[in-house]
Amino acid sequence: MSPVLEMKGVTRLYPGTPPVPALRGIDLRIAEGELVSVVGPSGSGKSTLLHIMGTLDRPSAGTIRVSGFDVGRMSDRQLSALRAQRIGFVFQQFHLLDAETALDNVADGLLYTGRPAVERRRLARETLEKVGLAHRVHQHASKLSGGERQRVAVARAIVGRPALVLADEPTGNLDSHSSDAIVALLEELNAEGITMVVITHNPEIAARFPRRVALRDGLVEADEANAKGAP
Amino acid sequence: MSGNGLAPSRMHVADVLRTAGVGLRTRKLRAGLSALGIMIGIASLVAVLGLSESSKSDLLAQIDRLGTNLLVVQAGQGIGLGSAELPDTASAMVSRIGPVEEVSATGTLDANVYRTDLVPSSQSGGISVRAVETDLLLTLGGRIAAGRFLDEVAAEYPAVVLGSVAAERLGITDLDDRPLVWLGGQWFPVVGLLDPIDLSPDLDRAALVTQAAAEEYLGYDGVPSALYVRTDPDWVDAVMSVLPPTVNPENPDQVEVSRPTDALEAKAAAESAFTNLFLGLGAVALLVGGVGIANVMVISVLERRAEIGLRRALGATRRHVAVQFLLEALLLAAVGGVGGVLLGTGVTAAYARIRGWGLLIPSLALWGGLTAALLIGTIAGFYPAMRAARLSPTEALRTT
Repeated sequence: MSPVLEMKGVTRLYPGTPPVPALRGIDLRIAEGELVSVVGPSGSGKSTLLHIMGTLDRPSAGTIRVSGFDVGRMSDRQLSALRAQRIGFVFQQFHLLDAETALDNVADGLLYTGRPAVERRRLARETLEKVGLAHRVHQHASKLSGGERQRVAVARAIVGRPALVLADEPTGNLDSHSSDAIVALLEELNAEGITMVVITHNPEIAARFPRRVALRDGLVEADEANAKGAP
Repeated sequence: MSGNGLAPSRMHVADVLRTAGVGLRTRKLRAGLSALGIMIGIASLVAVLGLSESSKSDLLAQIDRLGTNLLVVQAGQGIGLGSAELPDTASAMVSRIGPVEEVSATGTLDANVYRTDLVPSSQSGGISVRAVETDLLLTLGGRIAAGRFLDEVAAEYPAVVLGSVAAERLGITDLDDRPLVWLGGQWFPVVGLLDPIDLSPDLDRAALVTQAAAEEYLGYDGVPSALYVRTDPDWVDAVMSVLPPTVNPENPDQVEVSRPTDALEAKAAAESAFTNLFLGLGAVALLVGGVGIANVMVISVLERRAEIGLRRALGATRRHVAVQFLLEALLLAAVGGVGGVLLGTGVTAAYARIRGWGLLIPSLALWGGLTAALLIGTIAGFYPAMRAARLSPTEALRTT
């Protein structure tokens, strides 16, 4: 089976004198259906890696294929389309539009796909039910609790059934109770077949996921399967 | 487009409009204030154009009503001419000019008029006394405010009609208690009060008596100082040129002929000049409004970096982001433009109502106002929109 994500010799230098290397040669394959945690100290290149995986940033060298597409050969417009249709993002700060309802926030996950509004809202409603927010559909985002906000953000990331969901510290702004609930939700969604890469500081979460990639100084320090599940 | 089944990112028009309105809906006060700038600019443009047009049309209507065929003949005044007078044959001569329809002569009397005989003689109030013919009012197109004008029946008896300013200065507002004035050393009953005479404002400050009464009681020598002449409207210029030699064949250069409506037309032209000045000021206000929008949009782009990053992550292209912010600026300007047109129209209507003018706003002001607003919005939104579009997604997401 072709991998959802394949990186070969990916480096990323930030301009400066001398240039600052954030990634110094990453090789990584993530197959369909995997649930991968990326851990590492601050400055190890986790966020840069996630941005490159999500095609928000381009590598300085090396190749990356997402869902079969060679990102290096694609224009900015084509990358936008790839993100719209194949990649979902979950951020630490949720990034919801406060003025809109939970439903509209989730439907915005399909905004740039060109699908009709009725279909977007129907899928958004279904997805909100799936993440356990059926009762909050018409609530404005600003009125939701932190845990609920992140659930909305997760729903937005998966509403278009992307090939890959990338989460950057999804529990970083949540209390432990909400944090556990979100992790359980991610595991549940993964069990339904969604491929996920989750950046986390939390060693407990990393230990729960089947595969753990540890970064240090822009290199993969460890890439190991956890006891309870094989990659 | 990439040839492998990935459709390009695209948005429905309704969604484009909805996302463009996000900034307006979530930051209402700021949006309102920045739209206000444009609104004031547009409103001033519309109001200036509307007011000048309404007042000009009122002036032109006034000129039309008064007729441009009235000419005034006066003795020339100037160095070496002394106190030139018109010959006493002037009125008769002028009435023989073919196209002349009416002639009415007035003479200036060396007399003063007072409310009572107790007023010191130095306090004449600047009111002149004129000997007039009974057809004067008809010739001038003037109107009576109260009482009646001088007529043949009263010609032999002392009677006076007061111009509007003269009446006001003498404190006479109505004729109910049959007021008398102390004129040239005797009592004259006031038989009529005049409305302001647009074509000859100097008569507003005059007390008018008949020529017969003037000769009888005030020592008038019958020499006219001014002739008011109505001509056939098609022959006004020709009559103007023959008037001086007709009035005074020996010294035609001592005769001044003027056309009172020229002054009103000059007034209309002067108002146009003012209009240009105010239009300039309105344009400056509009420009400032545009700078305000640009300013707000730049701040908005800075503040909404996270939203821009999110939208890029959700699949928005640079163009989608640019269009969103450009359209937001356009919406702001459109709100301001529509508001400005309404406000400008309202101000014009209110002012025209106060002045009793007809409301006339050139359609150019309405469409021009809206177009100007949208143009300003486009220009003001262009740079911020480009800035938003150029923002790299990672940079946009990092700043929170």
